[in-house]
Amino acid sequence: MKYLDEFSDPDLARRLLDQIHAVTTRPWAMMEVCGGQTHSIIRHGIDQLLPEGVEMIHGPGCPVCVTPLETIDRALAIARRPEVIFCSFGDMLRVPGSHDDLFTVKSEGGDVRVVYSPLDALQIARDNPDKQVVFFGIGFETTAPANAMTVHQARQQGIPNFSLLVSHVLVPPAIAAIMESPTCRVQAFLAAGHVCSVMGTSEYPPLAEKYAVPIVVTGFEPLDILEGIRRTLVQLEAGRHELENAYPRAVPAEGNPAAMAMLRDVFEVTDRTWRGIGMIPGSGWRLSDRYADYDAELRFEVTDIQTDESPLCRSGEVLQGLIKPHECPAFGKECTPRNPLGATMVSSEGACAAYYTYRRLDLVSAGSAS
Amino acid sequence: MSPDGGSNDLDFEGWTCPAPLRNTPTVVMGHGGGGAMSGELVESLFLPAYGGAARADLADAAVLPPVSGRLAFSTDSYVVKPMFFPGGSIGDLAVNGTVNDLAMVGAQPLYLSTAYILAEGTPMSDIGRVAMAVGKAAEQAGVQLVTGDTKVVDHGSGDGIYVNTAGVGVIPDGVEIGPERARPGDAVLVSGAIGVHGVAVMSCREGLEFTTPVESDSAPLHGLVADMLATGADVRVLRDPTRGGVSASLNEIARASGVGMDLVERDLPVPEEVRDACGLLGLDPLQVANEGKLVAIVPAADVDAVLEAMRAHRFGSGACRIGTVVEDHPRMVVARTGLGGTRVIDLPLGEQLPRIC
Repeated sequence: MKYLDEFSDPDLARRLLDQIHAVTTRPWAMMEVCGGQTHSIIRHGIDQLLPEGVEMIHGPGCPVCVTPLETIDRALAIARRPEVIFCSFGDMLRVPGSHDDLFTVKSEGGDVRVVYSPLDALQIARDNPDKQVVFFGIGFETTAPANAMTVHQARQQGIPNFSLLVSHVLVPPAIAAIMESPTCRVQAFLAAGHVCSVMGTSEYPPLAEKYAVPIVVTGFEPLDILEGIRRTLVQLEAGRHELENAYPRAVPAEGNPAAMAMLRDVFEVTDRTWRGIGMIPGSGWRLSDRYADYDAELRFEVTDIQTDESPLCRSGEVLQGLIKPHECPAFGKECTPRNPLGATMVSSEGACAAYYTYRRLDLVSAGSAS
Repeated sequence: MSPDGGSNDLDFEGWTCPAPLRNTPTVVMGHGGGGAMSGELVESLFLPAYGGAARADLADAAVLPPVSGRLAFSTDSYVVKPMFFPGGSIGDLAVNGTVNDLAMVGAQPLYLSTAYILAEGTPMSDIGRVAMAVGKAAEQAGVQLVTGDTKVVDHGSGDGIYVNTAGVGVIPDGVEIGPERARPGDAVLVSGAIGVHGVAVMSCREGLEFTTPVESDSAPLHGLVADMLATGADVRVLRDPTRGGVSASLNEIARASGVGMDLVERDLPVPEEVRDACGLLGLDPLQVANEGKLVAIVPAADVDAVLEAMRAHRFGSGACRIGTVVEDHPRMVVARTGLGGTRVIDLPLGEQLPRIC
């Protein structure tokens, strides 16, 4: 099984970088939307190799990071209940709520399990009919179809002891919100390839048009990202602002019609609070009325849990590209991956964690030089 | 290690319960009570399964002959889940892990203790398979199993079989190996492909079954260490990069010695299957566990001789240089990425968490 090496070939990367340097005549600031792209950029040191003045602003596309604090607190309250088996993707376990995290709940005897697919959680529900099995359904459009499918199957197969704690978020409204922000510095977007592989690309030309920004659908491997950056710079330098698909091997323009049909059946658009950013209208999905029976927030009556963020944490500004992670006074001091104040320090896709993990060398050198 | 089909091999898969234990196909509390049932377990299960590696005197403590030289002493507990995985089991890990801890200070291991904590209800056949793996690994490593203990805990208090082993070995005169001895200019070596054990275990973990040809690399490394030392090289540091992987080992050395390390990502021996599995799971191969590999810090002048000796040994055939000890960025391990950027190789925080997407 070979599928990665071809997309990180150093010689091809060097040629793309040469083209990037050749086309660039002035400074530009572009945002990679997806946390997977942020991780890859920092992990491979891609931003260090770009022309001076070409800046990557790390966008809000890490689903772990933007899941609002009160949703985490609701998850913790549900997971503490003795009748509940709480299932989650692994990287949600360390995300801090107001007081503790899912690891703590597990250590105190809560039945918290890491699963790799929501369908595994449904199987656990089948196997444990005397328990309530809850799956923490977070993520962008990428993870939503599998969650939708799971709820659909739960209803179809009559599995009443399964429910979904939903905190899905959507990329296009976030792009609009970033562009509407008065302090916005973003001049172009690398759109998240996997989101588009589900939803297609039709939502993006109106955004490119309205805000006069190039939007280039981009993958995740080093060459994918370099090609996305190259195409974005070509557009910026030419004064164009169009949608381009630099990830056609995964993204058909029409997306995945079967997945979209499932999403339309199970979810409906709702306003959603993003951790560190605030409420963005129409930026999330919740279970539609037809599936309200499977909504864990309603089943366990946790909607009255409401909480505020840490005043020290400036992850909102990081997520909006207003500051770089290390410019936050708490970075590496009060806030580290071991003791994260905000979610951007928790997930490996969070911008703060990526900087902390891979970039301390530069930050230390810069600190000792000044 | 996988059975090689030799006629003297214990039949690892075909274990049958010895006669006195057949009435209790699973462990009950009485097996840990110190009475007749405990005795049956030792005499009918553990000792036969251990074969020639066991010393059968059943006194409260093993009495060992005098040895000359400095002693090395180490202990480790094994709780791996699942107990059986491609290429090995908790049994051979329990032997090789402690043998390797001794080997990493240059010791030749001599004696091991084995202590089991069994959960009530664990199938006797599982215990038999684990004990046979312990015996076979001890025989392969040339260590004697000289004392032991068995306890049983209530159903639900434990999880199958936990094993603790402690080991004693002798360090030859003149050998000085320690994590604080790395010096700028030294070379960083690794004995072969990294990340193999961790991926083999993950491939059969509940809920994550995936098909991979990768098998655990569990192996005793004291023979390899002896061959490295026999070159006369000043081997400064040895580590077996188990939990936390190569990343944790190198970070610990960098901190203990107050030096930096520069790795070249392109030179890391990561098998394609490991890279693919890690890519799918969002894990860093440098942080994935190994059970039959070592990292070594040796002076630049000794690199060729040590690598030649390592490659001539069956457990070091894939040995290579992966980096250099440097004065810059003390206490930090930095890798040059394939594209020419740099990144810090950090200590893993805790358990590795598969990413959401």
